[in-house]
Amino acid sequence: MQLIVEIKNLTVEYPGVKALENVSFSVNQGDFLGIIGPNGAGKSTLFSCMLGLQTKYQGTIKFFGQDIKKSQHYLKEIGYVPQKPIFEKNFPATVNDIVRMGLRKESDECKIDEILQQLWIHELRKRRIGELSAGQQQRVFIAKALVNNPKILILDEPVTGIDQQSIDLFYSILTELNSKQNITIIWSSHDLDAVNQLANHVACLNRTLFFHGESDDFFKNPELVKQYSESSMQEHMHNH
Amino acid sequence: MQRAIIAGIAIAILCSTIGLFLVLRRYSLFGDAIAHSSFGGIALGLMAGVYPLWTAYGVSIVSALIITRIKDKFNISGDASIAVLLSSGIAVGLVIIGLSGGFTINIFSFLFGSILLVSINDTILILTLTGIILIVILLLYRQLLYSTFNEEQAKVSGIPVEKINYLVVFMAGVIVVTSIQLVGVLLISALFVIPNVTAIMYGRGFKQTALISMGFSIFSVVAGILISYIFNITPAGTIVLFAIGLFACTIGIKSAGLLSKT
Repeated sequence: MQLIVEIKNLTVEYPGVKALENVSFSVNQGDFLGIIGPNGAGKSTLFSCMLGLQTKYQGTIKFFGQDIKKSQHYLKEIGYVPQKPIFEKNFPATVNDIVRMGLRKESDECKIDEILQQLWIHELRKRRIGELSAGQQQRVFIAKALVNNPKILILDEPVTGIDQQSIDLFYSILTELNSKQNITIIWSSHDLDAVNQLANHVACLNRTLFFHGESDDFFKNPELVKQYSESSMQEHMHNH
Repeated sequence: MQRAIIAGIAIAILCSTIGLFLVLRRYSLFGDAIAHSSFGGIALGLMAGVYPLWTAYGVSIVSALIITRIKDKFNISGDASIAVLLSSGIAVGLVIIGLSGGFTINIFSFLFGSILLVSINDTILILTLTGIILIVILLLYRQLLYSTFNEEQAKVSGIPVEKINYLVVFMAGVIVVTSIQLVGVLLISALFVIPNVTAIMYGRGFKQTALISMGFSIFSVVAGILISYIFNITPAGTIVLFAIGLFACTIGIKSAGLLSKT
């Protein structure tokens, strides 16, 4: 198993508060890692650091063995789906335009049709992005993230505000990407059930990392699940 | 007249193209702010006896880049930074004009435009700048579009968003000063904003919207220049009224349900 992400002693401090404290974990190629934690646990901060959006941190983050502070080449291997992309509702861009934004080479045009079909949004390609439902929009952003054949897909609570049917379809797509295309998935979520079903590794984050390991080790331990279920973590956070 | 139409069409294309990026970045009044700061540069040029557009280019571009840097570094909102730029430019211009002995015909031509008096040299300059800027936009189309759509995602995909933002500001500064000859300092933002706001109601994709906006802008400019020439009225106001007319018609069509939902 190739080690592709290595985070050691990651600490992020803002005036008066530590957003992340000594977070360390690693991810191998092909892993499906679910990062769970309550609001304010530092999940988005963690992703910001990993994606180079937040550079003021202590500790090291390595992708493919390279410290990301020294080189940004790793970004070419990453597809990123943010929590809820903010854009103008009447932004004049079609689904095709949005997915094309993710292309690094114009020669890869044929990939767009292929990916749109894979995600069941090919018939929407000429529609404006603002006209689509939240679930459809998220599939478009997945398509944009996939168009360059990334080795890693990073998703920050991607199903917030989406209807259940779309969520189920979304999860089936993620499962297929991981199992058939061996894309490593790092995904943050509040949904313990979904993480239990989909992820083979789990990381429990609440400013520090309370658990990192295989999903079975976490979910087959009722005490751990109870302790780190969302309501428990909220209480823990208030006392933290 | 021919030079005026040729220069006007080139300016229409420039304003609508860069204006679309500014409108979608919620910088609709940025063109206005640069134009007002250019007023300070124009006044400086007139006082110094230098061709005013050269000093206007310098002052506009430098002040636009500085205010963008200050906005990012000190987390000042876009509208506030526009207000600072806008008011400081006018203030500097007014003080310099006061020191130079007051308003002259020259100043009025920069305030309100004088396209019918555009020289061959100015026309060549306008056409050259149009060519260069359009080539830059075509070469960096994906980076410009992505950073306009969502800066965070653009950064993650490796686009140097900060540099692209400065490039947009730089090009806007160049285009504003170039366009002053057409509609003047006071109305330049109309050419940046109105054709684009109108086109967004028609177009689906970005390129389609940009082309529609160009069409509206060119129509407004050509019709405005011709009508103003025939009836001996100010071209700047006429051009902007045609642009507003297109916008009003579009609103009417949309209200009547004759425009597909966009």
